[in-house]
Amino acid sequence: MGIFLLLLSGFWRLQVLQPDYYTRLAEQNYIKNLPIAAPRGRILDRAGRVLVDNFPSFTVIAQSDYREQLQEHLPAIARGLGAEATELQDRVEDSLRKSPYGPIVLRENSSYPDIAFIESHRREFPELDLVTVPRRLYLPNGFAAHMVGYVGEVSESDLDRPEWALLRPGAVVGKSGLERQYDSVLRGEDGARRAVVDNLGREVAVLDEQVPSPGTDLHLTIDYDLQAVAEAGFAGDQGALVALDPRTGAVLALVSRPAFDPNVFATGISSEDWARLQGDASNPLLNRVIQAQLAPGSVYKVLMATAALDAGTADASTTYYCPGSASFYGRTFRCWQAHGHGRVGIHQALVQSCDVFFYNLGKDLGIEKMADYSMQFGLGRKTGIDLPNEEEGTVPSPEWKEKLFRQDWYAGETISVAIGQGALTTTPLQLAYSVGGIASGGRFVQPRLVLPNELPDEAGSAQSVHQIALSDETVKLVTDALYGVVNEGGGTGVRAKVVGLDIGGKTGSAQVASVQMARGSSEDDLKDNAWFVGLAPRRNPEIIVAVLYQGGEHGYLAAPLARDVIKAYFDKRDGKLPPAARPAEPAEKVAAAPPPATGHGPAG
Amino acid sequence: MVGKSISARDFDWLLFGVLLVISILGVVQIYSTTVNTSFAGAHRKQIGWIALGVVLMFIFCVVNYRELLNQAPWMYVGTLGLLALVLVLGNEIAGARRWLRMGGASFQVSEIAKLVVILLLARFFSETEYKGLSWLDIGKVAVALGIPFLLIAAQPDLGSALTLVPIAVVMLFLAGFRLRYFGLALLAGLLALPVTYHFLKPYQKARIATFLNPESDPRNAGYQVLQSKIAVGSGQIWGKGTAQGTQTQLRFLPVPHTDFIFAAYAEEHGLAGVLLVLLLYFVLLMRLLRTAATASDATGYYLIGGIAGLLAFQILVNMGMVVGYVPVTGIPLPLMSYGGSSVAFTWMAMGLANSVRVRRFVN
Repeated sequence: MGIFLLLLSGFWRLQVLQPDYYTRLAEQNYIKNLPIAAPRGRILDRAGRVLVDNFPSFTVIAQSDYREQLQEHLPAIARGLGAEATELQDRVEDSLRKSPYGPIVLRENSSYPDIAFIESHRREFPELDLVTVPRRLYLPNGFAAHMVGYVGEVSESDLDRPEWALLRPGAVVGKSGLERQYDSVLRGEDGARRAVVDNLGREVAVLDEQVPSPGTDLHLTIDYDLQAVAEAGFAGDQGALVALDPRTGAVLALVSRPAFDPNVFATGISSEDWARLQGDASNPLLNRVIQAQLAPGSVYKVLMATAALDAGTADASTTYYCPGSASFYGRTFRCWQAHGHGRVGIHQALVQSCDVFFYNLGKDLGIEKMADYSMQFGLGRKTGIDLPNEEEGTVPSPEWKEKLFRQDWYAGETISVAIGQGALTTTPLQLAYSVGGIASGGRFVQPRLVLPNELPDEAGSAQSVHQIALSDETVKLVTDALYGVVNEGGGTGVRAKVVGLDIGGKTGSAQVASVQMARGSSEDDLKDNAWFVGLAPRRNPEIIVAVLYQGGEHGYLAAPLARDVIKAYFDKRDGKLPPAARPAEPAEKVAAAPPPATGHGPAG
Repeated sequence: MVGKSISARDFDWLLFGVLLVISILGVVQIYSTTVNTSFAGAHRKQIGWIALGVVLMFIFCVVNYRELLNQAPWMYVGTLGLLALVLVLGNEIAGARRWLRMGGASFQVSEIAKLVVILLLARFFSETEYKGLSWLDIGKVAVALGIPFLLIAAQPDLGSALTLVPIAVVMLFLAGFRLRYFGLALLAGLLALPVTYHFLKPYQKARIATFLNPESDPRNAGYQVLQSKIAVGSGQIWGKGTAQGTQTQLRFLPVPHTDFIFAAYAEEHGLAGVLLVLLLYFVLLMRLLRTAATASDATGYYLIGGIAGLLAFQILVNMGMVVGYVPVTGIPLPLMSYGGSSVAFTWMAMGLANSVRVRRFVN
């Protein structure tokens, strides 16, 4: 009798007192949750050509329910995958710490031998699984790398951001560039599959499947053909190029060199690779178009001329005599042309880039007005391009200096700023935006890589347009001078000339590297930065190209590069340049998986 | 000659009914646990063994148990010989020699040994009944038990060997052995434990360790207990239905048609089913005790007492294992677990019990 009561108590305890506990354990046994990663939206150029695609890769995961078993098998699994047991151990611990019940990723982007190993050892290692994960496929050689950016696993601190708070650890998010900017558009919603498995981990049936919803494709304003011309133009040199359509703010091309290979990030960057990129003195991760803050040099003269004309401190008849240098406030300031330009008016001063003329213009206008106009023309603030981490540059003024350095403004500083030197810094994008706005009659349109009408409502913000009242005469004077720079004898930008095209432009050079650029600098970094800002047609331009060439000796290439991009634009517009059929081949690094079948050719 | 004075009316038909119902539940459960496995069809073999068992029961019922008891010493010696033979010639399965092949069938000699020991002790105690138990008698019992115990433990099959102990304990108790002596024996046993532990095989040590802490080693011995508890617990009150148990059907439960058949049963039929089977076993044991009480002689009394003790011990240990009260020993659940030897000898024992019952009025 006692025996039966004892046994009954045993069954009672399990079946009546804790039934849910054991039911849950039973479910944990036979129900396996497998994540299904949603592919991110592709990134397409303005004609629908694919710039960023996905390819299927296999990830080896372990179910965290089987952690003891996994611990036991880890050395054998490590041998099979050709990995260090300690590395896998670290991954397991890391994963369990971040997400105690989530799947443990043991190997991303598995090779065929990895896959064969897992498939042939399912009985021995029932805790292991292979899941297909779509990975990013970027164009090779860092093509458009800074613009599109890269993706990576969401970090612990990222998970604190409100927009990523709902993600599970291990989720892939955009880390930089457009991938980051439009992460909410590009990122799909991951699905999951619940499957019934037996004691060997074999799937017996599928209980339910939550189909992943893929991300939305992103249609850029970029023209692959212009981008290709721009990319090719730098060869091995450092620098940046941005081409805008000032009428719409559309970014047509955006290049920063040196570049990095975003494919390295697509399957999880190794810490060595990351350290190498970070430590590289040439700073390949920096997007120079929006992050290089440099003295604009003589390009600033375009803004100075416009400001002086608009403020009325100078007009078409204003002339100054340039003997090669001039003295202001007891200090001598040289003109770049040591033997001087003689007596020049505003047109010739721009065409020949006479420093002395602009010293005088600056003295007459005064630093307060210069700063005010610079801000109005878009310097010292973000242009608002749809890329993360844009820099503002610096527009110096007495208040600025007082605030930052608690020092008085020296009058001589005004003279330096007047030719785009001193503490004045701008990004290449700011110069394109600014000069483009002036040439468009004072209409400054926020640059965009994705126009708001291409975006879902919740992701698209309105495009801002600043309108400044500039007189037609002022605009005409300045833009005619820009045409002269390229097309007249003695012009500093004749290398940009194309017969039959109404191209204008302005050269510039700056000797002082900004603090950011000087980080880890060698003498080489401090060589001249060569600028060229070119536009066509000279008034109400359809395209404006700002080129920064760093590293001195090839600085003369800045103008021809802008010319090539402008020429390509018009050739294409006039049907003379057939668009490239398809962006370059997929990178070899990721060729372990089959390349994507896209079939998105040119759209005309 | 022997059958002349017995009547079919005296046969315990209720006991027979209970045995059949338990056996049928066992067959259904074996079917449910093996239908989708390489053991499919095992339920048909089990039915065959039950049929054989029923025949054996009637044969042993008709045979006068007293005749059998007279032969007990010879049978005992013969069994020891067989046990020794097993160690030499037995079929080795999973590192243990437990089976002897005879013709096409193999059987576990230890099952015979249990019955023979019961017969021997029944005869022995009936002879000592009137003069009372001496220490010498206790020593004799210990030796009679010790030899087969060691031979079976050497196979190694500690579970079956241990089964001999409760047989002796129950029969000693019935023979009037005083409780304080049991206390003494228990003390001696406890003192011997560390020594015994030293001689255990590594897997046996592991079983004891994981019994004390099942979660420590979930994939091995502890895994079995844990999976068994999960099966039982997730069955809840009404069970998941025949052939619907996930633990059983997806094979998380180890050996679900033999040692852990009751875990599978509890998963698929819940506490309700468990209560039914416990009730059936209770009725079974009560009937046996009643038969023992009405036996016409002391040998019958001891014989049935030993059989009842054996059954009760097996039920306790097997079900105790299923709910995690007792270490994993490999003792089958009488009548339900798949296995010819166990089924045949359990029915044979029931035949002996009936042999006592039908002769309760004759002398």
